[in-house]
Amino acid sequence: MNGLSRWRDPVALLAVPALVYLVALYALPLLWLLAKSFVGPGGITLAPYADFFADPFNWRVVTNTLSIALWVTAVCLVIGYPASFALARAGAGLQIAMLVAIILPLSIGVVVKAFAWQIVLRRDGVVSQFMMAIGLWDEPQRLLFTETGLVLGAANIFLPFMILPIYSVVKLIDPRLDEAGATLGATPVYRFLRVTLPLTLPGVVSGIAFVFSMSVSMYVIPSLLIGDRFQTLSTLTGRSFLFMRNEQLGSTTAVILLALAVGIVVGSSWLARRLGSTS
Amino acid sequence: MIVERLARATMWLAALFTVIFLMTPLLVTVAVSFGSSSVFTLPPPDWSLRWFQKLATTRGLWPSLLTSLQVAAFATAVALALGTLCAIALVRGSFPGREAIATFLVSPLMLPGLVIGIAMLQGFKAVGLRETYSSLLLAHVVITLPYVVRTVFAALSLFDFSLIDAARTLGCSYPAALMRVMVPALGPAFLTSGMFAFLASMDNYPISIFFTDAWTKTLPIQMLQYVEENPDPTIAAISAGLVLLAILALIVGDRLVGLRRMADF
Repeated sequence: MNGLSRWRDPVALLAVPALVYLVALYALPLLWLLAKSFVGPGGITLAPYADFFADPFNWRVVTNTLSIALWVTAVCLVIGYPASFALARAGAGLQIAMLVAIILPLSIGVVVKAFAWQIVLRRDGVVSQFMMAIGLWDEPQRLLFTETGLVLGAANIFLPFMILPIYSVVKLIDPRLDEAGATLGATPVYRFLRVTLPLTLPGVVSGIAFVFSMSVSMYVIPSLLIGDRFQTLSTLTGRSFLFMRNEQLGSTTAVILLALAVGIVVGSSWLARRLGSTS
Repeated sequence: MIVERLARATMWLAALFTVIFLMTPLLVTVAVSFGSSSVFTLPPPDWSLRWFQKLATTRGLWPSLLTSLQVAAFATAVALALGTLCAIALVRGSFPGREAIATFLVSPLMLPGLVIGIAMLQGFKAVGLRETYSSLLLAHVVITLPYVVRTVFAALSLFDFSLIDAARTLGCSYPAALMRVMVPALGPAFLTSGMFAFLASMDNYPISIFFTDAWTKTLPIQMLQYVEENPDPTIAAISAGLVLLAILALIVGDRLVGLRRMADF
């Protein structure tokens, strides 16, 4: 088919309603938000961004956002990586228990889960009771409204998004590869580093991308688990529009947030493609 | 040997921890909702149904539930129609840019909801749409559409379209062939994507927050307002109801496609 007639494929028309809908109600508003943030009273300007980054408080907000997201991602990776191997290799009973524990929370709203963590992290809550029972804490402590509490709650809510992508690559690994390595005399550590780890990297990259981007943009979880004392880009954006009526500041932080999210999506898919082509 | 044992132990410990860690908040919420204490004491001093009884008289709860159900039903229905047509075009068409279009259609899942909400709020204002309820309906289709496109696209990619030709050879008309061959084969995809789209709309907070006023509130908005104003186990009772709904959805999903396929990512 030549160039022009390919465009006349009648089946293509079926995509038009959905495309028009999303372009009109989603893509154009986003582009407009982006464009408007660079337009001041005197024409095109970078002043809102210069003002934003000139304020040390805002730098604090940016570092808060990134450090919490890094912590949440690290916790999810440390628990999720071995857990996804267990999920792929478990017997039927444990596998069903794990699948239920992973999928059930996905169909429950974030307000419900964040509220549950408000109860769990109280001074008389489950975490405090557990730490006392195993003897790590001498007296009950409140984790609610602390950074640790926020990381715990957010890691809990995003953990399935780390486990599922890693699980989807682990279950495809042929267990005979590991046996072959052992037969050839490779040590377990060497086999893991040279065979298993490289094969799971695409899953790890997409898990990290999911959890990190969700942690950067979470709004309900920090509102309930840490409160106004600790601002992130996302809570600051929400507050600027909903309470402070400062649309200028809100648009600036929204665009920074958008740039971060797009950067993560583009960067991770580039990395995943590179890993896919080399392994 | 010791390294292998250590690795194995780590794996099973992580699995055990994952199950306990992920189930704890749900179990705690349900336990609190059946307790008599008003300060979330665990284990509760006594069991009671008082928080469930209080639901009946909780102001604003039922209207917000009704709003959420209506919006989710509308948005899911529109998304199923638009999304299925689009998925057919992407699988069967031979026009350029299909991959880019597919990425664009699922992209709302990957961008911050709050930013999408703000952009839509300003966009709707710019074209003069100020009515909250219609804005809410329009906005929620953007939430549900990616789920339908993603799942139906995956299912259609596996569907053998020559089956339709076979049915026609055997005497079916084209619409009848579609209805009797393609629709049953895609049924599970419609149901699971519809279910997840519905739940995503029901649960959405960051987009809905920009399209609410004193009269129109969705359930998550109303619930968060409650948690902030008077935190008592009434919210736990609502949550227990939503957990029950999620368990039902999980059972339905398991029957239709199986737990393992629901975990496909």
